[in-house]
Amino acid sequence: MKFTEEHEWLRIEDDLVVVGITEHAAEQLGDVVFVELPEEGTTVSKDDEVVVIESVKAASDILAPLDGEIVEVNEPLSEDPGKVNEDPLGDAWFFKMKIEDMSELDDFMTEAEYKDFIG
Amino acid sequence: MTDAAALRRTPLYDFHLAQGAKMVPFAGYGMPVHYPLGVMKEHLHTRAAAGLFDVSHMGQVMLTSSRGGEALALALEGLVPVDVLGLAEGRQRYGLFTDPSGGILDDLMIANTGEGLFLVVNAACKAADIAYLATHLPDHVRVEEIADRALLALQGPQAERALARLVPEVAGMRFMDSLRIAVDGAEWWISRSGYTGEDGFEISVPATIAEDVAARLVAMAEVAPVGLGARDSLRLEAGLCLYGHDIDRTTSPVEAALGWAIQKVRRAGGAREGGFPGAGRILAELETGAPRRRVGLLPQGRAPMREGTPLFATEEGTDRIGTITSGGFGPSVEGPVAMGYVPDAQASPGTGIFAELRGRRLPVTVAPMPFLTASYKR
Repeated sequence: MKFTEEHEWLRIEDDLVVVGITEHAAEQLGDVVFVELPEEGTTVSKDDEVVVIESVKAASDILAPLDGEIVEVNEPLSEDPGKVNEDPLGDAWFFKMKIEDMSELDDFMTEAEYKDFIG
Repeated sequence: MTDAAALRRTPLYDFHLAQGAKMVPFAGYGMPVHYPLGVMKEHLHTRAAAGLFDVSHMGQVMLTSSRGGEALALALEGLVPVDVLGLAEGRQRYGLFTDPSGGILDDLMIANTGEGLFLVVNAACKAADIAYLATHLPDHVRVEEIADRALLALQGPQAERALARLVPEVAGMRFMDSLRIAVDGAEWWISRSGYTGEDGFEISVPATIAEDVAARLVAMAEVAPVGLGARDSLRLEAGLCLYGHDIDRTTSPVEAALGWAIQKVRRAGGAREGGFPGAGRILAELETGAPRRRVGLLPQGRAPMREGTPLFATEEGTDRIGTITSGGFGPSVEGPVAMGYVPDAQASPGTGIFAELRGRRLPVTVAPMPFLTASYKR
């Protein structure tokens, strides 16, 4: 598992990258009440805003960590946004994307590096 | 401005830290936005049992007059479109400071204590309000900021049971009653009121005992400390205005759907008609209606719609008709709720309009407020 400075986690599953947010991010957001997912098949560029998450208090965006194509979204999450707080590292993944070159993941933080990053 | 060192602290600052609050700057104070329970659970706990809020940042002001209560009431009536003279001793009433163009300078609570009028005003407005009162009230009125008292709000269906353990007399109070009572040698000023749509109390106590009072209340099974986050979602579900958002100098009381706060005696044909700033416009709007009105809005779908979201009459048209002034997720409604201003023609409950969210027009239905039935002890 890799981590971004935007508090996303990235996990390789077959030839796809699964993206979610970290426990730290979920805790900071507070109770999540709404998740807007992208359309499957969307081509995205790194740092595009692809997911909108709203907590009771505020809205935040999740950015595409890399260039690629969104091939699957976690549809049940739109019906049960509270999952983001309950299981951010498991059931509450947001989307799976196909990227050109898996080695691009090497640039991201390891879990230990991320833990240092959030202090 | 958000320099933590420059922020003022309420007498409950250390209490908040001890309770594990996340503190944020608010109206110049370091205030708890939520505690470990989180906004959602704090909100639901308040509706189910009782929540304790620190509202000490709000302004407490005492007005007294060398000429007695009647002269004092009439003097304040020069600034608010409220029947102050008819406010009985031990009773409280919601009021508004209006400006000469009929806009709202602030909203406030007015209690008749017998010795004077006790006002509670918004934190962000209090310095301006106090200066305004001092300037505009006649010389026989003394305006005194009560800076040595904390203000707590205990809200929810079990608030009476909890508070009655400390002050049994509160069980006999009705909604908007105001009571002054000595408890263990300290003077408590209690009103049966609040800003959540729930039964409950606002409790002014000397700053020196505030922490002890708060600790005794949260030690009770019914009571959880609740922060500003849930206070906002509770008042939104209750359809109550937040000054600086839903009401301000650009909104008249009639536009804001606060005409109910203007009693008959101050309206056209009443015994003390007008005589407050902006009376010309406000009395005319009470008679013939205002061109726009604050309404409740129920977004269809799950997406919360926040302050500033533009409103449109149709899905395609470029005719922007209004703006959401408060909005978010209502934990008790279990969906998004909002309020905002729309033209009179679109103000009837059931009217379908659209809000533009992230470039898309989403349907919104004009709805009666409050979004939940209030449970005040009348």
